[in-house]
Amino acid sequence: MSGSEKLTSSSSELDLDRPNIEDYFPSSSIQEPRGKLRLRDLLDISPTLTEAAGAIVDDSFTRCFKSNPPEPWNWNVYLFPLWCCGVVVRYLILFPSRVIVLTLGWIVFLSSFIPVHVLLKGHDKLRKKLERYLVELMCSFFVASWTGVVKYHGPRPSRRPKQVFVANHTSMIDFIILEQMTAFAVIMQKHPGWVGLLQSTILESVGCIWFHRSEAKDREIVARKLREHVRGIDNNPLLIFPEGTCVNNHYTVMFKKGAFELGCTVCPIAIKYNKIFVDAFWNSRKQSFTTHLLQLMTSWAVVCDVWYLEPQTLKVGETPIEFAERVRDIISVRAGLKKVPWDGYLKYSRPSPKHREQKQQSFAESMLQRLQER
Amino acid sequence: MGQAPSMLTQYDIEEVQEHCNNLFSQQEIVSLYQRFCQLDRNAKGFISADEFLSVPEFAMNPLSQRLLKMVDGLNFKDFVAFLSAFSAKATIQHKIEFIFRVYDSDSNGKVSFNDILEVLRDLSGSFLSDKQREQVLSQVLAETGYTKESYLMLDDFIKVLGSSDLKIEVEVPVD
Repeated sequence: MSGSEKLTSSSSELDLDRPNIEDYFPSSSIQEPRGKLRLRDLLDISPTLTEAAGAIVDDSFTRCFKSNPPEPWNWNVYLFPLWCCGVVVRYLILFPSRVIVLTLGWIVFLSSFIPVHVLLKGHDKLRKKLERYLVELMCSFFVASWTGVVKYHGPRPSRRPKQVFVANHTSMIDFIILEQMTAFAVIMQKHPGWVGLLQSTILESVGCIWFHRSEAKDREIVARKLREHVRGIDNNPLLIFPEGTCVNNHYTVMFKKGAFELGCTVCPIAIKYNKIFVDAFWNSRKQSFTTHLLQLMTSWAVVCDVWYLEPQTLKVGETPIEFAERVRDIISVRAGLKKVPWDGYLKYSRPSPKHREQKQQSFAESMLQRLQER
Repeated sequence: MGQAPSMLTQYDIEEVQEHCNNLFSQQEIVSLYQRFCQLDRNAKGFISADEFLSVPEFAMNPLSQRLLKMVDGLNFKDFVAFLSAFSAKATIQHKIEFIFRVYDSDSNGKVSFNDILEVLRDLSGSFLSDKQREQVLSQVLAETGYTKESYLMLDDFIKVLGSSDLKIEVEVPVD
Protein backbone atom coordinates (compact mmCIF):
# COMPACT_ATOMS: atom_id res chain seq x y z
CA MET A 1 0.00 0.00 0.00
CA SER A 2 1.23 3.44 -0.74
CA GLY A 3 0.99 4.21 2.94
CA SER A 4 4.20 6.06 3.45
CA GLU A 5 4.35 7.80 0.10
CA LYS A 6 4.84 11.50 0.23
CA LEU A 7 3.51 14.16 -2.00
CA THR A 8 6.05 15.44 -4.50
CA SER A 9 6.09 19.03 -3.40
CA SER A 10 6.34 21.99 -5.70
CA SER A 11 8.51 25.02 -5.27
CA SER A 12 6.58 26.36 -2.36
CA GLU A 13 6.95 30.02 -2.94
CA LEU A 14 3.23 29.73 -3.29
CA ASP A 15 2.42 33.38 -3.44
CA LEU A 16 2.55 34.46 0.15
CA ASP A 17 2.23 37.71 -1.68
CA ARG A 18 -1.24 37.24 -3.00
CA PRO A 19 -4.30 37.37 -0.83
CA ASN A 20 -5.85 33.97 -1.14
CA ILE A 21 -8.07 33.94 -4.24
CA GLU A 22 -9.91 30.93 -2.88
CA ASP A 23 -11.26 33.15 -0.12
CA TYR A 24 -13.04 35.25 -2.69
CA PHE A 25 -14.78 32.44 -4.50
CA PRO A 26 -18.01 31.16 -3.03
CA SER A 27 -17.39 27.84 -1.35
CA SER A 28 -17.67 25.72 -4.44
CA SER A 29 -18.95 22.21 -4.68
CA ILE A 30 -15.56 20.89 -3.70
CA GLN A 31 -16.66 19.61 -0.34
CA GLU A 32 -14.05 17.57 1.36
CA PRO A 33 -15.33 14.07 0.74
CA ARG A 34 -14.57 11.57 3.40
CA GLY A 35 -14.29 7.86 3.37
CA LYS A 36 -12.41 5.35 1.34
CA LEU A 37 -11.45 6.24 -2.19
CA ARG A 38 -13.66 4.50 -4.71
CA LEU A 39 -13.67 4.35 -8.47
CA ARG A 40 -16.57 6.71 -8.64
CA ASP A 41 -14.65 9.33 -6.69
CA LEU A 42 -11.81 9.16 -9.17
CA LEU A 43 -14.10 9.31 -12.17
CA ASP A 44 -16.25 12.08 -10.76
CA ILE A 45 -14.71 15.23 -12.16
CA SER A 46 -17.91 17.22 -11.73
CA PRO A 47 -16.61 19.93 -9.36
CA THR A 48 -13.80 20.88 -11.75
CA LEU A 49 -16.14 20.76 -14.73
CA THR A 50 -18.71 22.91 -12.96
CA GLU A 51 -16.07 25.53 -12.21
CA ALA A 52 -14.91 25.59 -15.82
CA ALA A 53 -18.43 25.86 -17.20
CA GLY A 54 -19.23 28.54 -14.62
CA ALA A 55 -16.26 30.52 -15.88
CA ILE A 56 -17.42 30.16 -19.48
CA VAL A 57 -20.92 31.36 -18.65
CA ASP A 58 -19.97 34.33 -16.49
CA ASP A 59 -16.81 35.44 -14.80
CA SER A 60 -15.96 38.33 -12.56
CA PHE A 61 -12.87 39.39 -14.51
CA THR A 62 -14.60 40.12 -17.83
CA ARG A 63 -17.32 41.96 -15.95
CA CYS A 64 -14.78 44.56 -14.80
CA PHE A 65 -14.07 45.66 -18.33
CA LYS A 66 -17.54 45.61 -19.78
CA SER A 67 -18.68 49.02 -20.88
CA ASN A 68 -22.33 49.22 -19.95
CA PRO A 69 -23.90 51.81 -22.24
CA PRO A 70 -26.67 53.74 -20.53
CA GLU A 71 -30.19 52.56 -21.34
CA PRO A 72 -31.53 54.24 -24.47
CA TRP A 73 -34.54 56.33 -23.60
CA ASN A 74 -35.53 57.49 -27.05
CA TRP A 75 -37.91 54.70 -27.99
CA ASN A 76 -41.08 56.72 -28.00
CA VAL A 77 -42.96 58.92 -30.45
CA TYR A 78 -42.30 62.06 -28.46
CA LEU A 79 -39.06 61.01 -26.80
CA PHE A 80 -37.35 60.34 -30.10
CA PRO A 81 -37.69 63.89 -31.50
CA LEU A 82 -36.53 65.19 -28.12
CA TRP A 83 -33.50 62.99 -28.39
CA CYS A 84 -32.88 64.22 -31.93
CA CYS A 85 -32.98 67.80 -30.69
CA GLY A 86 -30.54 66.76 -28.04
CA VAL A 87 -28.20 65.31 -30.64
CA VAL A 88 -28.38 68.50 -32.66
CA VAL A 89 -27.61 70.62 -29.62
CA ARG A 90 -24.76 68.38 -28.57
CA TYR A 91 -23.06 68.01 -31.92
CA LEU A 92 -23.77 71.37 -33.52
CA ILE A 93 -23.78 73.76 -30.59
CA LEU A 94 -21.95 72.26 -27.64
CA PHE A 95 -19.23 70.48 -29.54
CA PRO A 96 -18.00 73.45 -31.59
CA SER A 97 -18.04 75.76 -28.57
CA ARG A 98 -16.10 73.19 -26.62
CA VAL A 99 -13.55 72.85 -29.37
CA ILE A 100 -13.18 76.64 -29.34
CA VAL A 101 -12.68 76.66 -25.57
CA LEU A 102 -10.10 73.93 -25.85
CA THR A 103 -8.22 75.62 -28.67
CA LEU A 104 -8.24 78.85 -26.71
CA GLY A 105 -6.89 76.98 -23.76
CA TRP A 106 -4.10 75.49 -25.81
CA ILE A 107 -3.13 78.87 -27.23
CA VAL A 108 -3.03 80.48 -23.81
CA PHE A 109 -1.14 77.56 -22.38
CA LEU A 110 1.47 77.18 -25.06
CA SER A 111 2.08 80.91 -25.35
CA SER A 112 2.82 81.05 -21.64
CA PHE A 113 4.45 77.68 -21.13
CA ILE A 114 7.08 77.84 -23.83
CA PRO A 115 8.45 81.25 -22.83
CA VAL A 116 8.43 80.30 -19.16
CA HIS A 117 10.18 77.01 -19.88
CA VAL A 118 12.84 78.57 -22.07
CA LEU A 119 13.45 81.94 -20.49
CA LEU A 120 13.40 80.97 -16.86
CA LYS A 121 15.90 78.15 -17.28
CA GLY A 122 18.07 79.49 -14.53
CA HIS A 123 15.40 80.30 -11.97
CA ASP A 124 14.21 76.78 -11.30
CA LYS A 125 11.98 77.45 -8.34
CA LEU A 126 10.00 80.18 -10.04
CA ARG A 127 9.85 78.24 -13.27
CA LYS A 128 8.50 75.16 -11.62
CA LYS A 129 5.90 77.15 -9.76
CA LEU A 130 4.68 78.83 -12.94
CA GLU A 131 4.70 75.58 -14.92
CA ARG A 132 2.70 73.89 -12.20
CA TYR A 133 0.14 76.64 -12.30
CA LEU A 134 -0.03 76.52 -16.09
CA VAL A 135 -0.55 72.76 -16.16
CA GLU A 136 -3.36 73.10 -13.63
CA LEU A 137 -4.85 75.80 -15.82
CA MET A 138 -4.65 73.65 -18.92
CA CYS A 139 -6.38 70.82 -17.15
CA SER A 140 -9.16 73.16 -16.13
CA PHE A 141 -9.59 74.05 -19.77
CA PHE A 142 -9.84 70.36 -20.59
CA VAL A 143 -12.41 69.77 -17.90
CA ALA A 144 -14.38 72.77 -19.14
CA SER A 145 -14.30 71.33 -22.64
CA TRP A 146 -16.39 68.40 -21.49
CA THR A 147 -18.49 70.51 -19.19
CA GLY A 148 -17.03 68.67 -16.29
CA VAL A 149 -18.97 68.99 -13.08
CA VAL A 150 -16.55 67.74 -10.48
CA LYS A 151 -17.40 67.79 -6.83
CA TYR A 152 -14.37 67.54 -4.58
CA HIS A 153 -14.90 66.28 -1.07
CA GLY A 154 -12.37 66.32 1.67
CA PRO A 155 -9.24 68.34 2.40
CA ARG A 156 -7.18 69.34 -0.60
CA PRO A 157 -3.90 67.46 -0.99
CA SER A 158 -1.05 69.24 0.71
CA ARG A 159 2.52 69.28 -0.46
CA ARG A 160 4.39 67.26 2.12
CA PRO A 161 7.34 64.97 1.75
CA LYS A 162 6.95 61.22 2.12
CA GLN A 163 3.45 60.91 0.85
CA VAL A 164 1.88 59.36 -2.23
CA PHE A 165 -1.65 59.53 -3.55
CA VAL A 166 -3.48 56.52 -4.92
CA ALA A 167 -6.76 56.48 -6.82
CA ASN A 168 -8.98 54.05 -8.69
CA HIS A 169 -8.65 54.22 -12.44
CA THR A 170 -11.40 54.53 -15.02
CA SER A 171 -9.87 56.51 -17.84
CA MET A 172 -6.97 58.85 -18.50
CA ILE A 173 -9.26 61.72 -17.70
CA ASP A 174 -8.96 60.74 -14.02
CA PHE A 175 -5.55 62.29 -14.15
CA ILE A 176 -6.82 65.50 -15.74
CA ILE A 177 -9.61 65.84 -13.22
CA LEU A 178 -7.25 65.44 -10.31
CA GLU A 179 -4.56 67.56 -11.90
CA GLN A 180 -6.75 70.62 -12.20
CA MET A 181 -6.95 70.83 -8.44
CA THR A 182 -3.35 69.95 -7.60
CA ALA A 183 -0.36 69.49 -9.85
CA PHE A 184 0.54 65.86 -9.29
CA ALA A 185 3.43 63.96 -10.72
CA VAL A 186 1.75 60.91 -12.07
CA ILE A 187 3.17 57.58 -13.08
CA MET A 188 1.72 56.51 -16.40
CA GLN A 189 2.03 54.05 -19.22
CA LYS A 190 3.84 55.68 -22.13
CA HIS A 191 1.36 56.06 -24.97
CA PRO A 192 1.99 56.42 -28.68
CA GLY A 193 0.76 59.32 -30.80
CA TRP A 194 -0.04 62.83 -29.71
CA VAL A 195 -0.62 61.73 -26.15
CA GLY A 196 2.95 60.42 -26.02
CA LEU A 197 4.18 63.75 -27.33
CA LEU A 198 2.34 65.58 -24.59
CA GLN A 199 3.72 63.17 -22.06
CA SER A 200 7.32 63.68 -23.05
CA THR A 201 7.19 67.44 -23.26
CA ILE A 202 4.76 69.08 -20.92
CA LEU A 203 4.15 66.43 -18.33
CA GLU A 204 7.88 65.90 -17.90
CA SER A 205 7.99 69.32 -16.34
CA VAL A 206 5.61 68.29 -13.61
CA GLY A 207 7.82 65.36 -12.83
CA CYS A 208 5.82 62.48 -14.32
CA ILE A 209 7.33 59.02 -14.55
CA TRP A 210 6.80 56.68 -17.49
CA PHE A 211 6.80 52.95 -17.75
CA HIS A 212 6.16 50.25 -20.31
CA ARG A 213 3.80 47.55 -19.24
CA SER A 214 5.33 44.99 -21.53
CA GLU A 215 8.90 45.29 -20.34
CA ALA A 216 9.68 43.12 -17.37
CA LYS A 217 12.88 44.92 -16.33
CA ASP A 218 10.99 48.14 -16.29
CA ARG A 219 9.51 47.36 -12.91
CA GLU A 220 12.80 47.72 -11.04
CA ILE A 221 13.70 50.91 -12.85
CA VAL A 222 10.32 52.36 -12.08
CA ALA A 223 10.47 51.31 -8.44
CA ARG A 224 13.79 53.08 -8.15
CA LYS A 225 12.44 56.24 -9.79
CA LEU A 226 9.49 56.21 -7.42
CA ARG A 227 11.72 56.02 -4.39
CA GLU A 228 13.91 58.84 -5.65
CA HIS A 229 10.93 61.01 -6.38
CA VAL A 230 9.36 60.58 -2.98
CA ARG A 231 12.58 61.53 -1.28
CA GLY A 232 12.95 64.78 -3.23
CA ILE A 233 11.65 67.77 -1.26
CA ASP A 234 10.67 69.98 -4.08
CA ASN A 235 8.94 67.36 -6.22
CA ASN A 236 5.24 67.45 -6.88
CA PRO A 237 3.20 64.94 -4.88
CA LEU A 238 3.16 61.55 -6.57
CA LEU A 239 -0.09 60.13 -7.92
CA ILE A 240 -0.30 56.42 -8.61
CA PHE A 241 -3.11 54.30 -10.05
CA PRO A 242 -2.33 50.96 -8.43
CA GLU A 243 -4.86 49.02 -10.50
CA GLY A 244 -2.51 49.39 -13.44
CA THR A 245 -5.31 49.49 -16.01
CA CYS A 246 -8.64 51.17 -16.68
CA VAL A 247 -11.62 49.49 -15.03
CA ASN A 248 -15.25 50.27 -15.72
CA ASN A 249 -15.99 52.20 -12.49
CA HIS A 250 -18.19 49.44 -11.07
CA TYR A 251 -15.40 47.21 -9.80
CA THR A 252 -11.87 47.49 -8.52
CA VAL A 253 -9.18 45.01 -9.43
CA MET A 254 -6.27 44.14 -7.18
CA PHE A 255 -3.89 46.93 -6.31
CA LYS A 256 -0.24 46.48 -7.16
CA LYS A 257 1.93 46.72 -4.12
CA GLY A 258 4.55 49.07 -5.63
CA ALA A 259 2.94 52.18 -4.22
CA PHE A 260 2.59 50.67 -0.78
CA GLU A 261 6.14 49.65 -0.08
CA LEU A 262 7.76 53.08 -0.40
CA GLY A 263 7.60 53.72 3.31
CA CYS A 264 5.32 56.73 2.88
CA THR A 265 1.89 57.76 3.96
CA VAL A 266 -0.67 56.72 1.39
CA CYS A 267 -3.55 59.12 0.77
CA PRO A 268 -6.43 57.36 -0.98
CA ILE A 269 -8.57 59.19 -3.52
CA ALA A 270 -11.86 57.72 -4.69
CA ILE A 271 -13.40 58.77 -8.02
CA LYS A 272 -16.90 57.89 -9.07
CA TYR A 273 -18.48 58.99 -12.33
CA ASN A 274 -22.18 59.51 -12.72
CA LYS A 275 -23.25 57.26 -15.56
CA ILE A 276 -26.45 59.09 -16.38
CA PHE A 277 -24.51 61.78 -18.17
CA VAL A 278 -21.80 59.79 -19.83
CA ASP A 279 -19.97 56.52 -19.35
CA ALA A 280 -16.46 57.71 -18.68
CA PHE A 281 -14.88 54.26 -18.86
CA TRP A 282 -12.12 54.23 -21.43
CA ASN A 283 -12.19 50.76 -22.93
CA SER A 284 -8.71 50.92 -24.41
CA ARG A 285 -9.33 47.73 -26.33
CA LYS A 286 -12.31 49.21 -28.12
CA GLN A 287 -11.45 52.86 -28.69
CA SER A 288 -8.44 55.11 -28.98
CA PHE A 289 -8.04 57.97 -26.56
CA THR A 290 -8.94 60.47 -29.27
CA THR A 291 -12.25 58.72 -29.93
CA HIS A 292 -12.84 58.60 -26.21
CA LEU A 293 -12.24 62.34 -25.86
CA LEU A 294 -14.53 63.07 -28.79
CA GLN A 295 -17.22 60.97 -27.19
CA LEU A 296 -16.89 62.98 -24.01
CA MET A 297 -16.98 66.25 -25.86
CA THR A 298 -20.23 65.35 -27.58
CA SER A 299 -22.03 64.33 -24.40
CA TRP A 300 -23.90 66.60 -22.11
CA ALA A 301 -21.50 66.62 -19.21
CA VAL A 302 -18.98 64.61 -17.26
CA VAL A 303 -20.21 64.50 -13.71
CA CYS A 304 -18.13 62.92 -11.03
CA ASP A 305 -17.32 62.94 -7.36
CA VAL A 306 -13.80 62.97 -6.02
CA TRP A 307 -13.20 62.10 -2.40
CA TYR A 308 -9.87 62.80 -0.74
CA LEU A 309 -9.78 60.23 2.03
CA GLU A 310 -7.85 59.95 5.25
CA PRO A 311 -4.14 59.23 4.84
CA GLN A 312 -3.12 55.71 5.82
CA THR A 313 0.18 54.29 6.99
CA LEU A 314 1.50 50.76 7.12
CA LYS A 315 0.34 49.18 10.36
CA VAL A 316 2.70 47.18 12.54
CA GLY A 317 2.94 43.63 11.24
CA GLU A 318 1.09 44.42 8.02
CA THR A 319 2.59 43.39 4.71
CA PRO A 320 2.49 45.83 1.76
CA ILE A 321 -0.03 43.56 0.05
CA GLU A 322 -2.38 43.65 3.05
CA PHE A 323 -1.88 47.39 3.19
CA ALA A 324 -2.79 47.67 -0.50
CA GLU A 325 -5.92 45.61 0.04
CA ARG A 326 -6.92 47.70 3.03
CA VAL A 327 -6.62 50.91 1.03
CA ARG A 328 -8.50 49.30 -1.86
CA ASP A 329 -11.25 48.47 0.58
CA ILE A 330 -11.43 52.08 1.76
CA ILE A 331 -11.62 53.41 -1.79
CA SER A 332 -14.14 50.79 -2.94
CA VAL A 333 -16.46 51.44 -0.04
CA ARG A 334 -16.36 55.20 -0.53
CA ALA A 335 -16.98 55.05 -4.28
CA GLY A 336 -19.46 52.18 -4.14
CA LEU A 337 -17.34 49.77 -6.17
CA LYS A 338 -17.19 46.00 -5.85
CA LYS A 339 -13.88 44.30 -5.30
CA VAL A 340 -12.68 41.43 -7.47
CA PRO A 341 -9.61 39.32 -6.74
CA TRP A 342 -8.02 39.64 -10.15
CA ASP A 343 -4.84 41.30 -11.29
CA GLY A 344 -5.62 43.97 -13.88
CA TYR A 345 -2.69 42.85 -16.00
CA LEU A 346 -4.55 39.62 -16.80
CA LYS A 347 -6.08 41.75 -19.54
CA TYR A 348 -2.77 41.43 -21.34
CA SER A 349 -1.44 38.07 -20.20
CA ARG A 350 -2.48 34.64 -18.98
CA PRO A 351 -2.73 33.79 -15.28
CA SER A 352 0.39 32.28 -13.80
CA PRO A 353 0.43 28.49 -13.52
CA LYS A 354 0.58 28.84 -9.72
CA HIS A 355 -3.19 28.95 -9.41
CA ARG A 356 -3.67 25.81 -11.41
CA GLU A 357 -0.93 24.17 -9.38
CA GLN A 358 -2.71 25.07 -6.17
CA LYS A 359 -5.81 23.25 -7.34
CA GLN A 360 -3.77 20.29 -8.48
CA GLN A 361 -2.01 20.13 -5.17
CA SER A 362 -5.21 20.09 -3.13
CA PHE A 363 -6.63 17.37 -5.39
CA ALA A 364 -3.54 15.22 -5.02
CA GLU A 365 -3.45 15.70 -1.26
CA SER A 366 -7.09 14.81 -0.85
CA MET A 367 -6.68 11.71 -2.96
CA LEU A 368 -3.70 10.44 -1.01
CA GLN A 369 -5.39 11.18 2.28
CA ARG A 370 -8.45 9.19 1.34
CA LEU A 371 -6.29 6.36 0.20
CA GLN A 372 -5.07 5.98 3.76
CA GLU A 373 -8.55 5.61 5.13
CA ARG A 374 -9.98 2.16 5.40
CA MET B 1 -27.10 31.00 -37.96
CA GLY B 2 -24.17 32.13 -40.11
CA GLN B 3 -22.89 35.58 -39.37
CA ALA B 4 -23.66 36.19 -35.71
CA PRO B 5 -25.82 39.34 -35.83
CA SER B 6 -26.12 41.43 -32.72
CA MET B 7 -29.81 40.70 -32.38
CA LEU B 8 -31.42 37.32 -32.05
CA THR B 9 -34.80 36.87 -33.61
CA GLN B 10 -37.51 34.75 -32.06
CA TYR B 11 -36.91 32.12 -34.76
CA ASP B 12 -33.22 31.93 -33.91
CA ILE B 13 -33.97 31.48 -30.23
CA GLU B 14 -36.43 28.71 -30.92
CA GLU B 15 -34.01 26.98 -33.26
CA VAL B 16 -31.30 27.02 -30.63
CA GLN B 17 -33.73 25.88 -27.98
CA GLU B 18 -34.73 22.91 -30.10
CA HIS B 19 -31.12 22.06 -30.76
CA CYS B 20 -30.40 21.82 -27.05
CA ASN B 21 -33.60 19.89 -26.35
CA ASN B 22 -35.24 22.68 -24.41
CA LEU B 23 -32.72 22.45 -21.62
CA PHE B 24 -32.40 26.23 -21.48
CA SER B 25 -35.19 28.74 -21.27
CA GLN B 26 -35.46 31.44 -23.91
CA GLN B 27 -34.20 34.08 -21.49
CA GLU B 28 -31.17 31.96 -20.70
CA ILE B 29 -30.42 31.58 -24.39
CA VAL B 30 -30.52 35.35 -24.82
CA SER B 31 -28.11 35.74 -21.88
CA LEU B 32 -25.83 33.08 -23.31
CA TYR B 33 -25.88 34.91 -26.61
CA GLN B 34 -24.79 38.13 -24.95
CA ARG B 35 -22.00 36.22 -23.27
CA PHE B 36 -21.03 34.57 -26.57
CA CYS B 37 -20.79 37.95 -28.30
CA GLN B 38 -18.79 39.31 -25.40
CA LEU B 39 -16.22 36.52 -25.67
CA ASP B 40 -16.17 36.48 -29.46
CA ARG B 41 -14.30 39.75 -29.90
CA ASN B 42 -14.39 40.25 -33.64
CA ALA B 43 -17.82 38.78 -34.33
CA LYS B 44 -16.44 35.82 -36.25
CA GLY B 45 -19.34 33.58 -35.22
CA PHE B 46 -17.25 31.35 -32.97
CA ILE B 47 -14.98 31.76 -29.96
CA SER B 48 -11.32 30.92 -30.50
CA ALA B 49 -9.22 29.05 -27.94
CA ASP B 50 -7.32 32.22 -27.19
CA GLU B 51 -10.50 34.07 -26.35
CA PHE B 52 -11.58 31.31 -23.97
CA LEU B 53 -8.20 31.45 -22.29
CA SER B 54 -8.56 35.19 -21.77
CA VAL B 55 -11.04 34.35 -19.02
CA PRO B 56 -8.62 33.85 -16.13
CA GLU B 57 -10.99 31.64 -14.15
CA PHE B 58 -11.20 29.26 -17.10
CA ALA B 59 -7.47 29.32 -17.85
CA MET B 60 -6.71 28.38 -14.24
CA ASN B 61 -8.86 25.26 -14.42
CA PRO B 62 -6.85 22.01 -14.63
CA LEU B 63 -9.19 20.58 -17.26
CA SER B 64 -9.19 23.69 -19.44
CA GLN B 65 -7.19 22.13 -22.29
CA ARG B 66 -9.53 19.14 -22.55
CA LEU B 67 -12.59 21.31 -22.52
CA LEU B 68 -11.02 23.64 -25.05
CA LYS B 69 -10.72 20.79 -27.53
CA MET B 70 -14.43 20.16 -27.13
CA VAL B 71 -15.60 23.74 -27.32
CA ASP B 72 -13.09 25.46 -29.59
CA GLY B 73 -14.59 26.88 -32.77
CA LEU B 74 -18.18 26.00 -32.01
CA ASN B 75 -20.88 28.25 -33.39
CA PHE B 76 -23.52 29.56 -31.03
CA LYS B 77 -25.98 26.68 -31.49
CA ASP B 78 -23.37 24.07 -30.67
CA PHE B 79 -22.01 26.23 -27.87
CA VAL B 80 -25.42 26.14 -26.20
CA ALA B 81 -25.70 22.41 -26.84
CA PHE B 82 -22.30 21.94 -25.20
CA LEU B 83 -23.38 23.85 -22.12
CA SER B 84 -26.75 22.13 -21.95
CA ALA B 85 -25.22 19.33 -19.90
CA PHE B 86 -24.87 21.90 -17.14
CA SER B 87 -28.49 22.92 -17.11
CA ALA B 88 -30.47 22.01 -14.02
CA LYS B 89 -32.99 20.29 -16.27
CA ALA B 90 -30.47 17.90 -17.80
CA THR B 91 -30.83 14.25 -16.84
CA ILE B 92 -28.19 12.39 -14.88
CA GLN B 93 -27.60 10.30 -17.95
CA HIS B 94 -26.86 13.40 -20.03
CA LYS B 95 -24.38 14.65 -17.44
CA ILE B 96 -22.63 11.30 -17.23
CA GLU B 97 -22.45 11.23 -21.02
CA PHE B 98 -20.71 14.59 -20.88
CA ILE B 99 -18.19 13.32 -18.37
CA PHE B 100 -17.64 10.29 -20.59
CA ARG B 101 -16.89 12.56 -23.54
CA VAL B 102 -14.33 14.45 -21.49
CA TYR B 103 -12.51 11.20 -20.69
CA ASP B 104 -12.86 9.75 -24.17
CA SER B 105 -10.55 12.22 -25.85
CA ASP B 106 -10.14 10.16 -29.02
CA SER B 107 -13.90 9.69 -29.30
CA ASN B 108 -13.73 5.98 -29.96
CA GLY B 109 -16.59 5.19 -27.60
CA LYS B 110 -14.48 3.55 -24.93
CA VAL B 111 -12.34 4.83 -22.08
CA SER B 112 -9.11 2.96 -21.47
CA PHE B 113 -6.85 2.82 -18.43
CA ASN B 114 -4.59 5.37 -20.07
CA ASP B 115 -7.45 7.75 -20.79
CA ILE B 116 -8.31 7.86 -17.09
CA LEU B 117 -4.64 8.22 -16.23
CA GLU B 118 -4.38 11.26 -18.46
CA VAL B 119 -7.30 12.99 -16.82
CA LEU B 120 -5.77 12.22 -13.44
CA ARG B 121 -2.55 13.74 -14.68
CA ASP B 122 -4.38 16.94 -15.62
CA LEU B 123 -6.02 17.07 -12.22
CA SER B 124 -3.00 16.35 -10.05
CA GLY B 125 -0.19 17.79 -12.16
CA SER B 126 3.30 17.36 -10.80
CA PHE B 127 2.09 16.63 -7.29
CA LEU B 128 1.81 12.90 -7.91
CA SER B 129 4.22 10.71 -9.80
CA ASP B 130 3.02 8.58 -12.71
CA LYS B 131 3.71 5.50 -10.66
CA GLN B 132 1.51 6.75 -7.82
CA ARG B 133 -1.32 7.48 -10.21
CA GLU B 134 -1.09 4.08 -11.84
CA GLN B 135 -1.01 2.38 -8.48
CA VAL B 136 -4.04 4.20 -7.16
CA LEU B 137 -6.02 3.64 -10.32
CA SER B 138 -5.23 -0.08 -10.59
CA GLN B 139 -6.14 -0.56 -6.98
CA VAL B 140 -9.44 1.27 -7.22
CA LEU B 141 -10.34 -0.42 -10.49
CA ALA B 142 -9.61 -3.84 -9.04
CA GLU B 143 -11.93 -3.16 -6.14
CA THR B 144 -14.76 -2.53 -8.61
CA GLY B 145 -13.95 -5.57 -10.65
CA TYR B 146 -12.07 -4.03 -13.57
CA THR B 147 -8.52 -4.58 -14.66
CA LYS B 148 -5.87 -2.48 -16.31
CA GLU B 149 -6.86 -3.85 -19.68
CA SER B 150 -10.58 -3.15 -19.29
CA TYR B 151 -12.28 -0.63 -21.46
CA LEU B 152 -15.05 1.32 -19.83
CA MET B 153 -18.09 2.05 -21.92
CA LEU B 154 -20.78 4.60 -21.30
CA ASP B 155 -22.84 1.95 -19.52
CA ASP B 156 -19.99 1.28 -17.12
CA PHE B 157 -19.79 4.97 -16.37
CA ILE B 158 -23.50 5.08 -15.72
CA LYS B 159 -23.20 2.08 -13.42
CA VAL B 160 -20.37 3.62 -11.42
CA LEU B 161 -21.46 7.23 -11.31
CA GLY B 162 -25.20 6.85 -11.52
CA SER B 163 -25.59 5.94 -7.89
CA SER B 164 -23.76 8.96 -6.53
CA ASP B 165 -25.39 12.33 -6.39
CA LEU B 166 -23.68 14.11 -9.23
CA LYS B 167 -23.76 17.86 -9.04
CA ILE B 168 -23.00 19.47 -12.35
CA GLU B 169 -25.02 22.60 -12.59
CA VAL B 170 -24.30 26.09 -13.72
CA GLU B 171 -26.70 28.95 -13.40
CA VAL B 172 -26.98 31.27 -16.37
CA PRO B 173 -27.31 34.84 -15.06
CA VAL B 174 -30.45 36.39 -16.46
CA ASP B 175 -30.80 40.13 -16.04
